[in-house]
Parts: sequence; C-alpha cells; structure tokens
Amino acid sequence: MATVTLTNIRKSFGPNEVIHGVDLDVANGEFIVIVGPSGCGKSTLLRMVAGLETVTTGELRIGGERVNEKEPMDRNIAMVFQNYALYPHMSVFDNMAYGLRIAKTPKAEIAERVANAAKLLQLETFLARKPRELSGGQRQRVAMGRAIVREPDVFLFDEPLSNLDAKLRVQMRLEIKALQRKLGVTSLYVTHDQVEAMTLADRMVVMNAGDVEQIGAPLEVYERPASLFAAQFIGSPSMNVLRGTAAGALVTLANGAVIEAAVDAKGPVIVGIRPEHLAPDPQGPIALDTTMSEPLGWNTLVHGTMGGTDSELVASLAGVHRESELQGTMRFSVAASLTHLFDAASGRRLGG
Amino acid sequence: MEKRVTFKGWLLPLLLVAPQLAVTAVFFFYPAGQAVWQSLFIPDPFGLRSQFVGLGNFEFLLGDSYYRASFVTTAVFSSLVTLVSMGAALCLAVLADRLIKGASTYRTLLIWPYAVAPAVAGVLWLFMFNTRVGVISWYLGLLGYDWNHVLNEGEAMGLVVVASAWGRVSYNFLFFLAGLQSIPRSVIEAAAIDGARFWTRFRTIVFPLLSPTTFFLLVVNIVYAFFETFGVIHTITSGGPQQATTILVYKVFADGFVGQDLGSSAAQSVILLIVVGTLTIIQFKYIERKVHY
Repeated sequence: MATVTLTNIRKSFGPNEVIHGVDLDVANGEFIVIVGPSGCGKSTLLRMVAGLETVTTGELRIGGERVNEKEPMDRNIAMVFQNYALYPHMSVFDNMAYGLRIAKTPKAEIAERVANAAKLLQLETFLARKPRELSGGQRQRVAMGRAIVREPDVFLFDEPLSNLDAKLRVQMRLEIKALQRKLGVTSLYVTHDQVEAMTLADRMVVMNAGDVEQIGAPLEVYERPASLFAAQFIGSPSMNVLRGTAAGALVTLANGAVIEAAVDAKGPVIVGIRPEHLAPDPQGPIALDTTMSEPLGWNTLVHGTMGGTDSELVASLAGVHRESELQGTMRFSVAASLTHLFDAASGRRLGG
Repeated sequence: MEKRVTFKGWLLPLLLVAPQLAVTAVFFFYPAGQAVWQSLFIPDPFGLRSQFVGLGNFEFLLGDSYYRASFVTTAVFSSLVTLVSMGAALCLAVLADRLIKGASTYRTLLIWPYAVAPAVAGVLWLFMFNTRVGVISWYLGLLGYDWNHVLNEGEAMGLVVVASAWGRVSYNFLFFLAGLQSIPRSVIEAAAIDGARFWTRFRTIVFPLLSPTTFFLLVVNIVYAFFETFGVIHTITSGGPQQATTILVYKVFADGFVGQDLGSSAAQSVILLIVVGTLTIIQFKYIERKVHY
C-alpha cells in the first residue's frame, strides 16, 4: 500500500500536448476514479502511472519515491486491462502465478497465494482452464486475481468493465468495490461511465481534453460541480443549462422567465438545473413544451424545449406517469438552493 | 458464421473445379505416374529398349552408400536452411516490430531478396565467394583465412545453406512480422508489469503465441529446402565437392540427366515423394496438435 502523488504531470506526443498539467494526491488505500469522455487523456494518465508511457514533464511519486524513470516492473503496481490481457496459452492458475514465478517466489507460497485469490474471486473450479474457456465475467475475475496475488502497492484499472454486458457490469462493479474495501489497496480506476465513477470512487477526477475539471467526492461533484463540464458530465440525464442574465439573486432567462438563484451575480450567466430538481408546479416560472417522454418505471423523463425558446430541457419526474398526462406545456419551479450558476465565458462555477 | 454454397446438380461445380483438376493431372499426377512406372524398368543408355526389373532399382538404391550419404546430406542441409532462414527472419521481425520510424522502408528492403530467382541468388553468392575473384573470399584471404568451397566440403555446405536461406528470410520475415503484430499489445504490457523483461517475455509469451506461425513456416521451409534449392546448388557447387552438397533432389538430376540412369532416377523421385509426403503427414498430425492453445 502506498500513496500516489502527481505533480504538474504533462504529456506530449510529438508537438501535441495531450495532458496539460495534472496535480493529484492519492491517500493510502484511497479509491480514485478518473472519469471523462473518450480522448480526454484519462487512459494516458493511468498508463503514465503504470510506466507504459513516459512522463514528459512533472513528477510522479509512488509511496513517496520518484518513479518517473522506473520500469513498470519496478513500481510494484498491478494493472487490469480493458480487454483483460490474459495470457491465452496459459491456464488460469499459470496466468495468476506468472508474476510470482518471475519474482522467484517459492512454489508452496505461489500455490497458497493463488488459492487464496481464487477463493476470494470464486475461481477455484476454473484454475485448470484456459482463458478461452471462460465467460467474460470470469476472465475479468482472472485479470483481477492476477493483480491481487502480486500484493501490489497500487491497483490500476483501465476501463475494466466496458467489455461486459450491462447486468454483469453492475455485479462486477459491486465486487470490485467490495474487494478494494477488503484489501485496502490504493486504486486508480479509469472509466468513461459516470455511474461507475459515482458508485466506486472515494474521490473522482473529472477530466476534459487533457485538463482536470474537478477533483472531489462523488456527491461533492454532484452537488457542487466546479465547472459546466463537470456539471453536465456527472448525473444522468445530463444537467439542463439555460442562458440568462443575473441581477443580484434573480436571473432572467431567454424567454423572460425569472428564477431565483442561490448566489448573487451580475451580467450574463449560465444556470444549471438538474432534471430531477425540476418540480411540477402550475405557477412555476419554467415552462416546458413537451416533445417526448420516456417512462423508466421508477421515474419518467420528459423531454422538450423551454417555452418560447429552442433550448432543450429535460425534467425527471418520480414514479410512473402516462403519456397522456405529459402533453402540451408543463410548468416547473426549482428551489433556489438547487440551482447552479456558471460564468457565461469561462464556464467556472460562480459563488460557493 | 460459415457460408456454404450449395449447388443443384453436379455439372456446374465440376466445371468450376475442372481447370484446377486438369492442371494437377497434367503437371502432377501424370509425371508422378510416369515416375512410378519408369522406376520399375532399366532402359538402355540410348533409350531404345527398357527391361522390367520390378523393385530392382529400389533394392540397388538402398544398398548404395552414395545414396545413403545423400540422405544424411539432405537432412543436414534442410535442417540448417530452415534454422538459419527462420532464425534470421524471427530476429529481424522482432526488431521491425519495435520500430516506429521508417518501418515501411525497412520492410520493403527486406522483401527484395524474395524476388531474386534461386539460380540468380546462387550466382550472386558464387561471385562473392569465388575462390579467385570473389570479394568476400579476398577479404577472408587478407584475414589469413583461405576460403575454398571448391575443395572444402564444410565450406561448400555452408555456402549453399546461406545462399538458400538468404532468399527465404524475406518470406519468413513477412509471416513472423504479421504474427508478432497480431499479438495484443496489452498482453505484452501485462507481462511487463508482471515483471518479465524482454527475453523472459519473448520466451514465455511471444514465442508460444507465435507457434502457429512457426509451425506453418517449418513445414513450408523444409519442403522448400528439399526441392526448390536445386538452382542454388546447381550454380554454386553442382553437388560437389565429393558429393558433399548432393541433396536428394540434386541426385535425381545428376543420376538421371547427367548419368543417364533413368530407372534409378525415377526410383529416387518416388522415394523423395514418399519421404516428403510422410514428413508432412507427421508434422500435421503430431506437431500441429501441440501448437494450438
């Protein structure tokens, strides 16, 4: 177990800088999820920590020790790859024992450590099989087993669940979380799935185009997004963004509707309102011209545009609603404390 | 999903495979049949009459010490050609696989030797190693080494092996490179993280994953060394010195066309056919089973 410290880490491929200075302090045993859309540099960042990519500038420390120049094998890390990267010609046992054998661990200890990991991951009956004889979920477990048996200081996960079907993903997500709690190993986990980020992370790092938008606990990012990007990336369906003009605590929207915000501001702003915070209210200031609805059972999504404008608006209503109730123009209100204000130019959060 | 074409009736399918069957019949079955037939006779030197001897030609060959020596020569020659050409190709492919800049130039240059016909390749190497005017033999002379493959059996064998393997490296290189590039990068990276250095990774991960390619090339190269090296041997050593480089296929030519012993030559062809056929069957039946993972 170890801390991981990134100080102003930058990465360039030729003349193109793809990571523009990342600072991150990971505490011992902490589960950090790096989340962002594809191409934001999150995998490159993880591969730099693994030592599979060189760090262009900045300093990387694992357990307090500078590792920029160290080979992957000398960093005492273990990585779980998106495609599992199991050795196809070896049995499950050999896959897990590979690293230990190279480290010249005594045979009895290898057998014991593999057996323990297999028990933990319910792989005991598959030890003699080859990877091609396993299902996706089982392969994923073997990949994790291979990481566990080496007892590394840091676990690195590179989108480990994205090759699994939806149901299995939910199950494996829970297993990874339980496993990390149990072992208490510092973990860095890369994903593009905001649900995985929300459920797994102690703290998440929201990345966009090579920059860190926000670092914080999942609920902190959800409740107080630091930027428009973080606000829209975390939460499903995505946060509504409406242009308006602020004068004190009141914001006038494009169609003239006035809503009350949580902070004082002046001039052009962007108001962010999560779909689940729009409350049906016949007297409410926000009008929604409905175009479509999606019943999900536990809630219902109403899609449309804000009355008199073409800006898209989504409301999420609790419980079941029939399509017949969701016609024409509906009105909503929002509590001032649940609104978010962003600077119209920079997209940064305004106020506390 | 497997796609199977089904035909109504048999006329069209027969017509479609007919050209291939005709080619095989004219250029393989007919001469092979002729060889089997001829191997049972001893014709007179002028080709006017021939006498039926049954298996006499075969009996003679098996008792002939020159023929048995040729078997050993062929085994040594084909093993060396296969080993040298595959070994060199694998090294080059591993290097090319790690290359980022100029990879395509490097690859193109490596493919060129494949375009050189065996006889021409033989002449090329012969000039370089010619005992009187050869560039390399001259430099070897400066170093105090007296190169003379015309007299030295080991040097003659070495030269024909290198000349035969040289043109083959390109072909093997292409297959090895394709094999290497089909190994997922992440598997290699996983091994690197697991602590395996370059040679360990090569030995425990890369080479086993390449085994289907290696096996395929093994079969193809042995068959090549058995038959297609005729041109190289003919131009460089003509089987000499002292028959040191007379491989089976060269002996078929030497005995039949030079020695005019057509019956023996035909019998040798039949034996060669049986040897290569058996070798291929053994390889596919027993070795191929082990290379699948």
